[in-house]
This record gives sequence, structure tokens and C-alpha cells, in this order.
Amino acid sequence: MHGIVKRFPGVIANAGVDFDLLPGEVHALLGENGAGKTTLMNVLYGLYRPDAGEIWLRGRRVAFSSPREAIGQGLGMVHQHFMLVKPFTVAENIVLGQRSPREPLAHDMRQTHRYLRSLSGQYGLAIDPAAPVWTLSVGEQQRVEILKALYRGAEVLILDEPTAVLTPQEVDDLLAILRRLAGEGKAIVFISHKLGEVLGVSDRITVLRDGKVVETLPAQAADEHGLARRMVGREVLLRVSKGPAQPGEVRLAVQNLSAVNDRGLPALRGVSLEVRTGEILGIAGVAGNGQTELEEVITGLRRATSGTVTICGHTATNRSPTAIGALGLAHIPSDRYAMGMLRYFTIAENLVLQRVGQAPFTQRGWLRKDIIRQEAQRLTAAFDVRTPSVENPARTLSGGNAQKMILARELARQPKVLLAAQPTRGLDVSAIEYVHRTLIAQRDSGVAILLISTELDEILALSDRIAVMYEGQIVGVMDGPGADIHQIGLMMAGSKRSSL
Amino acid sequence: MDWSLILNWGFLIALATAGITLAVPVLLAALGEIVTERAGVLNLGLDGVMVAGGVAGFMAAFYLQNGPLAGISQWLGLAVGVLAGMLMGLILAVLTITLRADQVVAGVTLVVLGHGVGNYLYRQNIGTLTARTNGLPPLALPGLNRIPVLGEILFNKDGTVYLTAFLVFLVWFLLFRTTWGLKIRAVGENPAASDTSGINVNLTRYAATLIGTALAGLGGAVLTVVQLRMFREGIMGGRGWIALALVIFARWRPGLALAGALMFGLADAIQYRVQALSQIERGVGTIPYEFLLMLPYILTILVLLYRAGRGDAPEALGRPYVKGSD
Amino acid sequence: MTQATIESLAHDARKPLPGWAAHIAAPVVGGLIGLGIGVFLIVIAGADPLAAYAVMFQGAFGGARQIQETILKTAPLLIMGLGLSVAFRARVWNIGGEGQYYMGALVGGAIGLAFPGWPSPLLIPAMLVGGAAGGLLWALIAGLMKVRRGVSEIISTLMLNYIAILFVQYMARGPLQEPGGYLPESAQLVAAARLPTFFGTRIHLGVLIALVLIPLVFALIWSTPLGFRLRAVGERASVARYAGIQVERMILFALAFSGALAGLAGIIEVSTLHTRLKGEISGGYGFSGILVALLGRMHPLGVTVAALFFAALTIGAQSMHVVYGLPDALANAIQAIVVLSVLAVDALAHRR
Repeated sequence: MHGIVKRFPGVIANAGVDFDLLPGEVHALLGENGAGKTTLMNVLYGLYRPDAGEIWLRGRRVAFSSPREAIGQGLGMVHQHFMLVKPFTVAENIVLGQRSPREPLAHDMRQTHRYLRSLSGQYGLAIDPAAPVWTLSVGEQQRVEILKALYRGAEVLILDEPTAVLTPQEVDDLLAILRRLAGEGKAIVFISHKLGEVLGVSDRITVLRDGKVVETLPAQAADEHGLARRMVGREVLLRVSKGPAQPGEVRLAVQNLSAVNDRGLPALRGVSLEVRTGEILGIAGVAGNGQTELEEVITGLRRATSGTVTICGHTATNRSPTAIGALGLAHIPSDRYAMGMLRYFTIAENLVLQRVGQAPFTQRGWLRKDIIRQEAQRLTAAFDVRTPSVENPARTLSGGNAQKMILARELARQPKVLLAAQPTRGLDVSAIEYVHRTLIAQRDSGVAILLISTELDEILALSDRIAVMYEGQIVGVMDGPGADIHQIGLMMAGSKRSSL
Repeated sequence: MDWSLILNWGFLIALATAGITLAVPVLLAALGEIVTERAGVLNLGLDGVMVAGGVAGFMAAFYLQNGPLAGISQWLGLAVGVLAGMLMGLILAVLTITLRADQVVAGVTLVVLGHGVGNYLYRQNIGTLTARTNGLPPLALPGLNRIPVLGEILFNKDGTVYLTAFLVFLVWFLLFRTTWGLKIRAVGENPAASDTSGINVNLTRYAATLIGTALAGLGGAVLTVVQLRMFREGIMGGRGWIALALVIFARWRPGLALAGALMFGLADAIQYRVQALSQIERGVGTIPYEFLLMLPYILTILVLLYRAGRGDAPEALGRPYVKGSD
Repeated sequence: MTQATIESLAHDARKPLPGWAAHIAAPVVGGLIGLGIGVFLIVIAGADPLAAYAVMFQGAFGGARQIQETILKTAPLLIMGLGLSVAFRARVWNIGGEGQYYMGALVGGAIGLAFPGWPSPLLIPAMLVGGAAGGLLWALIAGLMKVRRGVSEIISTLMLNYIAILFVQYMARGPLQEPGGYLPESAQLVAAARLPTFFGTRIHLGVLIALVLIPLVFALIWSTPLGFRLRAVGERASVARYAGIQVERMILFALAFSGALAGLAGIIEVSTLHTRLKGEISGGYGFSGILVALLGRMHPLGVTVAALFFAALTIGAQSMHVVYGLPDALANAIQAIVVLSVLAVDALAHRR
């Protein structure tokens, strides 16, 4: 790829990127969120058309106008969010969009299953072709994605942030599969912002920053600190410093909590935990093991089927979000857009979302927009939310500023307990640093913090104690400082339990 | 009311026969909507599409029945109904698929469009309420129509009834046995995944919308050209909306839509028959005919109450697809 | 470039016009397209479109009497459109305005028929409250089905339309039929049950009510916590729930409010125009009201303009019918085309 330029309205996502890929190599594409990695690969894969630049494949200039053409030329992509149709079987997903040998009739499924079994055996991708995708674990779904690309004859395989959703052991398995594929002559692009994995699996590394290539270098010549500096453009602390915790009385107590998910299946199965003032309890676990349901039950958004939640000595089980908030709980939601903010409401309105009906924001039944604006200006200044005006719609904020806005709103309630779920998801490094510092400052001022995160690095960096969640249960609790990542990984995969 | 007038063989057979016929328009619309919704497009304008098909089909059949094509004027009328439905589908598709307008707003407005333009064109061009088409004669299937009871109920129908029965099978086959069907269902469940699998999402949705509105237009035309043989304002009687409810009842499956439509057809038939009897039997505790006319609508509400709150809807139903977002 | 600048630039590029201008531009362009397609419909009917439109304009605004007719037609559309704006802002798709209008007319009309001896200052408020209550309760049926069982309000409110209309037809033909009368109609309302008129014109209390409702609805939407919550539910119910807003209660309110206003429109029309209950008392206000709310962008001022426009189209189409024999259904067709055009123009403007 030569001089690739891709603009979005007002944005240059790729500003003249050069990138090359050899058969038999794993080539890592490293960069922060928003650096342009995914855009570059979407251009290659025909999802976007480049505004300038050329793509050459096996000595021929190509220009794909759709993924279909890219697939036809031997490209395969495993997206960060899996591109699978959940109610379909593995085999249906794999043949989707492919011509059937007996067109217009659909594929003969028995024959397809046979073929897929042999193909998956060949690459060590154990998977049942007849299983509906929604029944598979995240790691298995990823194998379906890889198998799908291979079935379509992919010689070039692009993996976008493939390890984000995996346990450390699953990551190891995946990296082994990638080396094996490279060994068979496939060319592999590995997109990541995790330095350790990149160094572990790649032959070469290209670092992207602000839509431009910083450098392409062989993996042997790279080290973590050098890569981090290239990626961010300045020296970064890989970990925020913090002092030891000084835990006091119990502020949040969860006892034997059970709940069902949207499908009516058990999602929480007797969860118990305690968070004390002045400490951060981190909940580690692979996504989908009940973290979301735990978050929702504690905050009053989902009913508990049994068990209790106690906040500052008052029972909070199955009470309304408003009542629970009044007990002293603030909540940074895991899904910023589906829960945390109204994108078409103004920043000011978002900053008083829960308090809007109370004095001084409502007086004698009327909204006091002047007072709301003053409060918003105070909060945006205090939390460094960068915006020309608090009357702008919240959707004009960048991810980092939007998260700061939510942080400002929640901390303005002067909480006694803070539930922070995936607080840095999708943020760039400087915003992550800001959020981490703020959480630690809150802890030090005596707030009890429950941190739910699927980013193990984040859990390790912040937590004073770590609880591991697996299939709706807490399978182990340990001290944060000095925690053994290998042990946590085994617990996340459900293969080891420690006594509570 | 004298119940012996109802509970006798002749009456029940007549009821079943009429019920099957009356099920046809709403079933065709529901079948079409199943295809459309399976691809993720919600066509709330179904009632307007049926009116468009009904008025265009009727006018075509009416004008042609005195010309050289008189012999096939009804079938040509039905074909024009299909085309009119597809024209409405095209409007909806451009608005909601290409331009990504709100599907609820577009659909509701399409209903007003269908009724408004339909009534305007009819009154402008024909105007009189006495215009009638010739309708279609029953087509007895030789042999089968001699089966006692069933022969009379099932195999002595006009051609559109058999055609509809075949279309139930065809829609099922299309959706669940062909690569097209796999594409349509994939696009309705997860358009982003379909796109990366090399499926043209918007093209598939256009096709599904046009297929759906073609069937709805046909349903409207069957009602006006073949069954009632007339057109007047409000003639569709909300059948498009009932079809929308049927799709939910049928869990987006053609076979269940057939069952549901038969239930509505029977309710309709009962309503007509009891009404006729009530008029003969005045003074024997008559049910006011307005309450009989309410029957299909009350039944629809009951069906919705029974089915509501349970999943099975295509995951991406009602959501436009924007490349690169998920 | 940092994420922040990228996103703020992206935002600027998406906003070529100031907000208010873009808001007004699309309906104006849409209105012109609608009238343009109307030209086509008139031409295929064999009439001269410019002359026909001139007649239409004359019919709607050509003199004091015409303007008065247009204003009288605006009132019910405006009242219904205002109610529906509130509901649509919460993304509650009440398309049962027609049925709520009929039930309001029935309850209010029945009060008027039942107490002919009451003095007007007592009877008229009772009828108006009864009308609003009738519409409110009818809409609440759909609300309860939605909140309790998750039934789509779109289909349920529509089914309730048919049931309400049939029920009113039955009542007018049966229990409420004029004693000794032969037509399927009730007796005429007594003079005390007619809304007072002003300045010797036919402009009546209903018009005044509609005008008063404009600032009230404006204040409700933008200046009260209730309006804030309704808008929050409309934008994203999951966020509203997170913020402690009782989403179900807001849905019920949205249906109740829009139903009450539809019912109010119903009793106003029966009291002033029809003066009795019968099978046909609406003229399609249910759907026109929806289009008015949509074309007016669910903003009270926009709804006012849209209601006036639609009323003028309807009254003008009647003149056109008299002069050229063109069916007045043309008005409905143009109304729908206008709204579809606005949808298209809007969507084009927001497309990246």
C-alpha cells in the first residue's frame, strides 16, 4: 500500500500511509485508538475507498470496491467485533455470501459440515460446524472467523485487535495459531495496541500515529518502551503511581446475588463481595461472564432473583436507580452511549441528568436553565471537559471528553460508593491516564470503588484487591499488588478456583 | 339468536369456504412483509401499499374488461396491482434504505400517500361506486373437488387462492432453502457481518422490500379485482395493519402466517354470515353489526397481547445500515 | 491530530447551516416539492394546475369567510398535532388519534345530550373535560398494553381506531339515537352545549383553546422536568432508565396527553360543527394530525404553521372540487407527498 489517504468529513484518518506485507510473516500494526489502524485495513479490505494512494497485490495494482472483491483476491479479515450472524450455525456463517454449487439452492449442509471438519483439523481450529454461533464462547467465535477466512481461500489474513476479548491462555492459543498459519505461508496483519503481544508474535512492526506511519521495524529491534514512545509521541508511564490502600468500613456489600440475563438464563449465580471505603476492588473476567448483569443489578437496572445489595448499611436490593443513587452510589456505565449519555442533549443537560428534577435545577416546577448552565460550566472546568460551549450537543465531544463529562456528573453527586464499569474503553492514552488518576484520587479521599473491567492491565494497575468472575460467580479473590497474572488467567478461563 | 341456524353442516362448510377466501389478501400482505422484515426493513406502510395495489389493479381490470384483452383483464389487473405495490415499495426503499429516513415515520406517511393518491385517482377516473369487475370464476380442481366436504372447502376456489397457497410454499422455500434466503435473513440479523461476507446489504434490502410490496400490492388487488370486485374509500379495512400484526403472531414464518390468516379469514366470514343472519332474524336477540365488524380488530389486539414481549424479531429490524458502524 | 480535534472537525463539517435555518429549510423545500408533484396529479386529471392552485388559494385565503373557514379547520389539526408532538418526542408512536378523537366526541357529546338543562358555563367545561377524558382513557388502553405486555402501540392504537369508530356508529344508531328519528344520528345538542363564538364570527372557543395550547406545550417540552424526561426517553430509553427516569410512566403520559388532546379536538368539532353525534365526524384528522406533527418537527410553532398549511390545503381543495370537479382527496395526497419530501430532504441533508 502506497501513500494511502482516507478522509472522513473533517478528519484525515490516514494521511499518506505506506504499508507492505510479505508471505509467511506476521506484521503488527501498532497504534493508539484513533491512530488509523482499522481505517487502513478497511481500505485494504474494500470497505472504504481511499481518497488517494495505491494498493498493489502480488505485483498487480488493485482497487477493491467491496469486501466481495477483496475476498475474491485472497484477503480475509477478522474484525474486532465479530462479524457473525448469531442465530445461524457455524457452517451457515462460513458459506454466507459464497456461491453455492447448486445455486440458487443453498449449500448442502451435510457436505459442508464434512469439509469444514477437515479444514478445521488441518489448522488446529477445533469447532463444531453445526453449532449455532450464539452458543459458542468468544474464543470459539474467533476461530469461526478465522476458519471463515480460510474457507474463502485467504492468503492474507487481517486480525483487528483479536486479543481484546480473550483470556491470557486463549491469547496464547491464538498467537500459536497465527504462527502456524504464517508457517504455512499466509501473510498476517496483526492490529493491536498491546505491546507485549505484538513483540511476542510479530516478525515486523509498523507503528501508526495520527494517521501517519512513525516507523516500520523488525520485531527483534524493538522494545516496549521504545514502541510506547513511538506510539504516543512522548514518554509514557505504563502505570499510574499510587500509594497503598487504607481501607475502612464496608460501604458496598453484595451477598449471594443471583439474576438472569435478557434471555432468561442465569447470569449471576450467588455473587458475594464487599468494597470498603478507601479501596478499589477490581473485577476481572472475560466479557460476558455476568459483569454487565452485576453492574445492572447493583445500580437498580435489573432485578435480582435472590440475594442482597447493601450500600452504606441500607438495603438497595431491587430498588430504583434514583433510590440507590440517593444512598450514595454513583455509576460510570460500561456502555457510554446506551446508558451514560444522551448524544443529542446538550452537555449541560447531560451533566444534570439525574438531578434535573431537584432544586436548584428545578424550582416551582420550572427548569432553571441559567443555574443548570452555571453548574455545567463549573463541572466542565473542574474536570477539564474541552468544549466551546456547554450548550453544544454531547455528541460533539470526543470519547475522552465524553467520559470526563460522565465522570464529572457522577462525582458531582459526591458519592460514597463508585461503580466504574469499563471506565476507559475506547479512550486514548492521555484520557486513560486522566481517568485512572481520578479514580485513585477518589479512592484516597475515602470513596469505595468497585471497578469492573475486561482489560486485565487496567485491573492490575488500579486494584487493591482483585476478584475474578467466571460464569456468574466470583471464582477467586486476591490482593492486587503482586497478583499473579497467570493464576488470574486460569481463573478467568474457569480452570482454577481459589477459596474465598 | 337461533343458534341452530349456525350450527349446521351447510353453514359451517360455507363458513370455512368463505374464511379461506377472505384470508387470501391479508395472507399475501403478511407473506410479503415477512420477506421485507426478514431483511431488516419495517414496512409500516403496508396498508397504503395494499390500497395502491387495490386501486391500480381495479382500475386496470375495469378498463380492460371491455377491450380485446377482456378474457385476461382480471389477471392483468392483478399484475398492475403488483406493479403499483412495487412502486410504493420503491418509494419506501429509497427513503429508508438509501436515505436512511426513519422507518416508522416513512411507513406511516406511506399509508396516507396510498390512501390519498388512491382515492384521488379512483374518484378522478371512475368516480362511481357502481363500477364492478368481472371477478374470477371458481376453478374446480378435477378429482380433488369430489372429496366430500374438503373438496368443496378447498378445491373449488378461484385461481388466486391456489396461487396464494403456492406462494406460501415459495416464500418458505426462498427464505430457508436458497442462498438468496440466507442472504436476506443474514442482512436482517447482522448487516455489518453480511457486508463483510461480500453481500450487498442495500441491494438485498431493496429486493426484499420490492418482493414484499409486490405481494402486498397483489393482496390489495385480489381484494378489489377478484373478491369484492369494486373499489371505494376505506375498502381495505385496515388489512395492511392486520397483516403487520400477523407477521408478529407468525414469528416471521410463512407457515404460521398461513394459520393466522385463516383464523382472521374465519373471523371475517363469521362476521359476514352472522350479520346476514341477524338481518333475517331481526328481533331474535340480534348482535349489533358494528360489534361484528369489530371482530377482526379485537382479534388482532388479542393476538398481539398473546404474542407480545417475546423475541424472534430479526435483530436489525427497523435499523438502517451505515457502512463502517456497528 | 488528536481524537478531540478529529471529532470537533467532523462535527463542524456536518453543520453547514445554523440549526434554525436547516430546520425551516427542509419543510419549505418539502412543501414546494409536494405542491410540484400535485401539479402532476392535477395535469393527469386534465386541469390547468396553475389555475387550480389559484382557486385553491382563493378558497383558503380569498376573503374573510374563507380565512375564517381555514382557521376553523386549523384548530382541530393544531390541537391534535400539538398532543402528538409531545408523544412523538418521547418516540411513542400514537397513530390512534382518530379513535381518541371519536371517543372524546362520544363522551363529551353524551354529556351534552344527557344534561341539556345545565347552564352553559357548567355544561361546556363538563363536555370539554369529558372529551379530553374520553380520548385519554382510550389512548391509555394502548399505553397499558405497551407497558404491561410490550404490545407495539403502533398497531394497537390503529386497531383501536376502527373499534372506536364502529362503537360511535353503534351509539349514534342505537342508544343515543334521536328519539323518533330515522337517521343514524343523535339529537342535536342544545344551544347551551355549543362552544361560544366571538365577534359575531364563527370563530369559537376551540380556536382560543388551540392558541393557548401552543405556549403551554412549548413550556411543557422545554421548560419542565417532565418535558426533559419525555425527550430523554425519546432519545434513548436505556439512558433515561439509567438516569432514574421511569420510562413506563413517561410512555403512559405521552399516550394520555396526546389522547386527551385528540379527544378535546373531537368534542370541539362535535360541539361547533356537527352539533350532534353520528358515524362520520372526523374527516381524517387522525392521520392529518400525525402529518402535522411530523411536518412541524414536533415543535409547537412548526406544528402551528403545518396545521394552518394543511387546513388551507383541505379548504382550498374543496373549492377546487367545486370549480374544477377535482376530487378533494388531492389534499391528502399532497399532504403525504409533502411529508415524504421533507423526510427525503432531511435525510439528504444529514447524509455524509
